[in-house]
This record gives sequence, C-alpha cells and structure tokens, in this order.
Amino acid sequence: MSVGLNGAILSALASHWWRNPLQLLTLLAGLALATALWSGVQAINAEARASYDAAAATLGEGQFAQITARDGGAIAQEVYVALRRAGWAVSPVVEGRLDGVRLIGLEPLTAPGGLGPVRADGGADLGAFLAGAGQIFAQAETLARLPDTGAQGVASPDVAPNTALTDIGLAQRLLGRAGQIDRLIVAPQQPLTRVPLAEVAPDLIQSAPQEGGDIAQLTDSFHLNLTAFGLLSFAVGLFIVHGAIGLAFEQRRPMVRTLRALGAPLSRLIALMAVELAVLALVAGLIGVGLGYVIAAALLPDVAATLRGLYGADVAGQLSLRPAWWLSGLAIAVGGTAVAAFGALWSLARMPLLSGRQARAMGMGRSQRVQSVAALVLLILSGGLALWGQGLVAGFVMLGALLIGGALALPPLLARGLMLAEARARGPVAQWFWADTRQQVPGLSLALMALMLAMAANVGVSTMVSSFRLTFTGFLDQRLASELYVSAADQAQAEAIIALATQEAQTILPLLSTDATVAGLPVQIYGARDHATYRDNWQFLQAEPSVWDALARGEGVLVNEQLYRRAGLDLGAMVPVGAGVTLPVLGIYGDYGNPIGQVIVTEDLFRAQFPAITALRFGLRTDPARVDPLRAALRERAGVPETAMVDQTAIKAMSLAVFERTFTVTTALNVLTLAVAGFAILMSLLTLAAMRLPQLAPVWALGLTRRRLAGLDLIRAVVLAALTGALALPLGLALAWALLAVVNVEAFGWRLPMYLFPLDYLRLGLLALLAAALAALWPAWRLSRIPPAQLLGVFRHER
Amino acid sequence: MLLCLRDVTKTYAGTETPVLRGVSLDLDRGGMLALTGESGSGKSTLLHLIGGLDTADRGVVAVDGTDLTPLDDAGRAALRRGTVGVIFQQFNLIPSLTVAANIAFQARLAGRQDAARDRMLAQRLGLSDHLHKYPEQLSGGQQQRVAIARTLAPQPALVLADEPTGNLDEGTADTVMVLLRDLVAETGAGLILVTHSERLAAMLPSRLHLRAGVLA
Repeated sequence: MSVGLNGAILSALASHWWRNPLQLLTLLAGLALATALWSGVQAINAEARASYDAAAATLGEGQFAQITARDGGAIAQEVYVALRRAGWAVSPVVEGRLDGVRLIGLEPLTAPGGLGPVRADGGADLGAFLAGAGQIFAQAETLARLPDTGAQGVASPDVAPNTALTDIGLAQRLLGRAGQIDRLIVAPQQPLTRVPLAEVAPDLIQSAPQEGGDIAQLTDSFHLNLTAFGLLSFAVGLFIVHGAIGLAFEQRRPMVRTLRALGAPLSRLIALMAVELAVLALVAGLIGVGLGYVIAAALLPDVAATLRGLYGADVAGQLSLRPAWWLSGLAIAVGGTAVAAFGALWSLARMPLLSGRQARAMGMGRSQRVQSVAALVLLILSGGLALWGQGLVAGFVMLGALLIGGALALPPLLARGLMLAEARARGPVAQWFWADTRQQVPGLSLALMALMLAMAANVGVSTMVSSFRLTFTGFLDQRLASELYVSAADQAQAEAIIALATQEAQTILPLLSTDATVAGLPVQIYGARDHATYRDNWQFLQAEPSVWDALARGEGVLVNEQLYRRAGLDLGAMVPVGAGVTLPVLGIYGDYGNPIGQVIVTEDLFRAQFPAITALRFGLRTDPARVDPLRAALRERAGVPETAMVDQTAIKAMSLAVFERTFTVTTALNVLTLAVAGFAILMSLLTLAAMRLPQLAPVWALGLTRRRLAGLDLIRAVVLAALTGALALPLGLALAWALLAVVNVEAFGWRLPMYLFPLDYLRLGLLALLAAALAALWPAWRLSRIPPAQLLGVFRHER
Repeated sequence: MLLCLRDVTKTYAGTETPVLRGVSLDLDRGGMLALTGESGSGKSTLLHLIGGLDTADRGVVAVDGTDLTPLDDAGRAALRRGTVGVIFQQFNLIPSLTVAANIAFQARLAGRQDAARDRMLAQRLGLSDHLHKYPEQLSGGQQQRVAIARTLAPQPALVLADEPTGNLDEGTADTVMVLLRDLVAETGAGLILVTHSERLAAMLPSRLHLRAGVLA
C-alpha cells in the first residue's frame, strides 16, 4: 500500500508541474540562476587563485634571490661553474619562447625546492627527465601548443599556464642557446665560506628575493573584491531561491490541503515534497553550474588579463572544471533549496487542514511583523559590529547582517510608503492602484529583495572599485612623483649614478631606508630630502600645520596609515627613531598596498642616526621627454640594467589598465546580477498573474479596460522598482563604506577614502527601472489579451 | 454500529461559545442521515470531526469501531483513505489531474484501485465522455459528479457529504443527489448529508436538525 500511496501522492505533485510548466520553469530558473551567479563568481576566484598559485609554485621567482648579468645579458656556462666551485649554491635557469610558450630550462638536482614538479625530492622520474629525449612538463593545453620537440610531454596541472618546464640542456638546445644561462637562482642556505660574488664574477649582480608585498596585496585586494561580490551574489541568489520555493509552495497550498483531506498523511506528504525538491534542486543545480561555467569562461579572459597586469604571471584564460568548484555549486543549490524549503515545509506542517482565509491573512501579518523585528535586530547588530567589531570575520558578519537586514526591511518600508501614497490619492483608480500595489508587495517581496540586493551590490562594489581607482591613481601621483627610479647594485654604481644624474637630471632624490622596530612592529625608516617633489605631491590623512617645515627642522616624523592603526600612533605620539632620539608624529599618510609600517624622517636626521647606510636607490626628476635619453645614459655609462630602472609613466599606465579591466569584470557581474534579479521579478509576476485574477476581475467589471489594467501593471512594476532603488542606494553606500572602512582595514590595515559617483548611481537606477519594465512587459501584455471569459470565470459560482 | 458519537463538544480557538455542545448520535451500517440546521449551527464542524479532519475537545467519535480521539495525524489520514469518504461543497478536485486520474486518485491512495469500478462509476455518473478532460473544462455539476466518483471508488464504509450541491442549480442538484444516494446504497455504505435544503434532506430516510450546537 505504501508504494501505491507514495506513487499516488507523487503523481499528484508532479501533475501540478506538468499542467503548469511555467511555474516549474520559474522554480528551476530561480534555482539555476542563483547557482550560476554564485558558482560563476566562485569559479573565477578559484581559477585565478589556482593559476597564480601554480605560477608562484612553479617559478618560485619571488621566493629566492637571483644572480643576473649586470648588463642584462646571458651568463656564460663557465661563470656558473666558477661560482659553484667558489662555494655558491646556485642553480642555472634559461628561458625563452617556443611557439609562444614560455619554456623554462632548469637543473633539477641543484634547483632549490619549490620549483614545480621536477625536483630532487619530488615524485618525478628524474632519470626520464634527464636521460634520452627528455621530458617536458606543462599543462595539457600548453603541451598541445608546443611543436614536436622529440621530448616526452608530461601533463602537469601544477605548472603555470602557458609555461613549460624541462631540463636546461634540452631547453638550451630547443631555444638555440647552447651554453647560455639567463639567471642563477640562489638557494636560501649558502655556505659561510663562499667567496664574495664580486671576486668570482664582478659582472654579475645579486638581487634580493622580491618582497612581494605591494603587488601581492593588490592582488589580494582584487580577490577580496571578488569574494565580497561572491557573498553578495550568494545573498541575491538565496533570495531568488527563497522566492522561487516560496511561490512553488504557495501555488500548491490548495492541492496539499485536498491531498490531506483525501487521506495523505502530513508526514509522508512533507517527506515526498522534500524528495521532489531535492531532485529539482539537483537538476537546477546542474544547469546552474553549467551556466556558471559559461559566465566564468566568458569573464575569465578579463580577470586573467587583470591579474596578469597585477601579478605579472600568466593566468589561464580558460577555465578547467575543478570538482571542488562544481560540487560546491551543487551544494549551494541543494543547500540553498534546503534552507529555503525548510521554512516553507515548516509552515506547511503547521498549516491547519481546515484553515480559512482569515487565518492565512493573520499569519501573513504576523510573519511581516517578525520580518520587521528581524530586520531591525540585524541592522542594529551590523551597526554594533561596525563600531565595536574586531577582525575580518566580524567585518564579514557585519556585511552579511547589513545586507540581510536591509533586504528584510524592504517589504515593511514599501508597505508603509504605499500606504502613505494611498492616503494621498485623489481619484478612485489612483486609490485602487496604490492599494493593489501594496497588496502585491508580499507576493513580490522576495524578488524585490533580490533586486534591492543586486542594486546595493552594484552601488557598493562600483563605489569601492571607483574609490580604489581614484585613491590609488592619486597615490601613484604622490608616491611616484619622480620621472625615473633607479636602483644601484653597489656603492660604486650608486656613485656613478649620482655623477651622471648630476649632469643629466634636474634633481636627485636619494631613497634612504633601514629596517627597524617601532612599538614591537617591524617598520622601515626612510630618510627624505626636503624637496618640492614631496611638499607638492604628498597628501596626508591627518597632519599638523606646516608639517613639511617642521619635518625639515627635524622636529618630528611622518608615519604611514598602517603603523598609525596598528601601533595607535596618533598625531603627537612619540616614535623612537634611532639611539636616544624620539620624535612626535607630525603627519599620517596613506600607503596603499604596503604590508608593513613606515616612518619618514628628514634626510639629515637619517644620515646622523644611520651613518653606515648609503643610498642605493634614487628618484630622478627630469623633463618627461628626457626620460628615455636618461635611461640610455644610465645603461650605457653607469652600467644600470633595464630591470633596475622604473619609469613611473609606465607604472601608472599599467595600473590604470589593470583598473580598466577590473571595471570590465565588475561591470559585467553587476549587469548579470541585475539581469538575474529582473528575471526573478518576471517569474514572480508571471506566477502571480493567475492568482491576481480575482483582484483584477472586479475592477475590470467596474469599467477599466484590460489594456488600462495592463498599463497600470506596468507602471506598478516600475514604481516598485523605483522605490526599491531609492532604498537600495543608501544600503549600497553603507555597503561600500563597510567594504572600504571596515573590511579593507581589517584585511590590509589601510582605509580607503570613499568617493561618491552620482551619475553612476543614476545610470544604475535607470537600468533597474528598465529591467523591471522589461520584466513586467510580458505579464502586462498577457493581461491585455486575457479572454473576458477567464475574467468572468471569477464570478461564476462553480469556481 | 458504523458511527457512534457520545457527548461531543468543540470550541474553536479564539472563541468562547462552543460550536458543538454534547452531541451524541448513532448510525448503523448502510444508514442514511440528513443533517440540517442554520448557518453556524455546527453541521460542517460535526462532519469534519467524523471525517477526522478536525478533533473534538471532549467526547467520543468512533467510526467502524475505531475511536478517533487518540489517533494522530497519520491515523486520521488512514481513516480518511480507507473508511470514510468526504465530498466537499467546493469539490476539491486536483486541478492538474484529468477526470480519470481524479476518479482513481483516492482508491490509489487507499491501495484499492479497480479500473473496472472506476469505469462503471464514470459511466453511471455520465462522465465517460469527459475522462481526458481537466476539471476546469467541466461544469460545476460535472465536477461534483467527479468528486462523488472519486469518493465512492475505494468503497468507503461511510460517506460524508458537506453541502455537495450547494454550488449547483436546483435541477442539477436533484440529479446529483439522486445519483449519490443510489450509488451509496448500492455499496452498502452509510451516508451523512449536510444540507440547508429541506427538499434534499427529504430524499434521505432519516434526518436530524442541529441548532446552536445541539441536536434537536
């Protein structure tokens, strides 16, 4: 009997979808789009992270010191052998392009750990790697692009994209560079007895491991943006899922009542509905993961370009299907459905078999009150965390509470606003319009909440990225004021640079620095020359009056924001800067992207306190048109390699290009989120269309044409979207503030100033109105064409 | 004894006045009874208690020897599936199932599906030409006949009809009522009919009047 009972109930449940395919489509589309939005963003994040993690692991470039030729040319094989004999633990690397693929030849027996899959202590077959025709390690797609080399291709997903690793001998042969080495990787552990580099190979220079700080922090910041966007898209998705599930249950409420009246046990009914939903969630989840893949694949080239710009490493422009990613997408679909369905099933379980309309209305009123209270509690929690919260987790909890609280506050605020409009309405149609609009709010509330979150996310993320761009480009102007930055390999070269620049450049600004500890924190102390370059360009977050004059007189120091926040060094706080010297803080400056604290003192004080330190880095001021000749002179006459010179124009251009690509990605995600929210409105309107007939039929019978009713429906959707947008703007700005002033500070120790972009918000508002109008267009068109018999059916006693 | 009610009392939450006050009645197997009364007299409530759709505050409701009072939701659902059939004024058909599927539905729930019987009922109730239609394509009288067929298909011991013709015109109501009475009689089931109509009540052999929650 149990099989028959289950079968009968399931067939009745399924028949509903069969007869109402649009409702099934609504549910599946809602679930699938939410999953797609979430999994698309996650896929981009995961892929980008995996790509540059692989790049870092493969190349190990940032981790180790390197030796290169002073003139930037190749290193002879004999020099390498001489260094090894002199005790240097170095490993040779040659690299070049082979059909566009970056081919790196390395020596696995001497390469320090962390150089990818080929290492002495790794699992690779060293014999095969070194012997015979050799082996080439690369990702499968990279291997496919390589020409036939005779070597065995070994697919290795850990190798960076568009990069191939092989034995140095084979690489030299393939690149036609026999006996040549590009650089030597210096192992971290070196024998103390080794002969100094200058004695063994005076033409080579050693560069320290990359500090990674600035660039890695910017990359992390970019990922924080994407993670925040992931969180927002998840919230939007959750509301869409909730809306779809809620409507699905609402539509089948009468059927459930009938089934129970006919003898279907409640527990069995709920279990079978849960099973049905799980199956639908799995199907929708699979579709959603597929859609997410398409979204991510479409956006990834821009993300890859952005990260390539930031990180300088190749990031795969193509997506690979990572099990963790699509499984998490499915888990989100099923989990989100479970969360959303729990409430609906719970309400079904508590639904009295014989409950009347009044009880339902009272129940809805109660749930609205609960929602208002929950919104208030969440917004207060968010405010409390903003004021007193500590740590990144608290920052994200604050963000979540702000978003959910704001969304939950939407229906009660809308209802109140519409009630006010109704009270001020003059004619009967206007009065009915506002009253009817208010009646639609519960049915549309979840879709409107999704729209609100989408708009708030749009405002918040756009404001954050735009503020970031403005601040950062301003910061670059300030910190890269000199036209050219030059690093010397040693004191002799530094003197050569000074001698040359004295003739060729307008001003030489030595960059003196040393490591120190302030308030138990590692800091760098900089000595700055009193010069207009600093006075004209630097801007302070806080500063004493005449800060530069006071600094020049040696009456105080400047500290960066990181040190100010971490050590609590406000203006006037005393900072130790060397033996027996403690000076007050005169100014606090923004230092975006720097992971550690910084103290700036006057050049004279620095030289007095740290006489052993001489400047090896210089900022050179010159006519921008003279930069190239100056570079050439430094290269030819002072032996400064190209890699030791930084052209600020190039850096600024690169940074701006990176931001443009970041904008492309965030704009695409914003439009996508808005489109999904618009789709949720469309689905809700279509679903509600049938339920609304009893409300529309009497007005039609009283003399309003179907066309007029359809027009009013269209206006209603736009009005609701406009009101939602008006409430989304402050929420979005609060979100931006939270991201810039709380999450960023917790994550990186610096706060970004917030700028407002009213034109952007206006454009977004118009876009949201357009989305709502488009969503309402089809249901309105259907209403304008509805057969009168269908409206008359409402009045038939036989209903 | 098919049905035995003793001292049944019911008050709805949020109200103070009981809707049923100490109602007792018996019905033998095959017995047919019309229950009349003013609106709000408690007729439908009494029917809901007998059908296990609601629970009494006090007293005993026993159907086919089973006391409903201690039964949980699953127990009462089992009673509605196999022993008691309810016909509602609003038909309560499943709109997404065809007429044929609706007729077979309750028998399927009860595990007593009999295609020959379904066909016979459809034919007797004049539904043979409408088996592939959906409820929304039928008139009110036709829909109520589908509801009757659905209720009788599993051959319940007791049929409860709550204003089954309340939405139909007089002529259609009479036709439906006669069909219901005759088909129930053929199965040997008991029938309790709740109605406002003296004319319909007169079609059944016995009748009770409910006034302000008390049997008169």
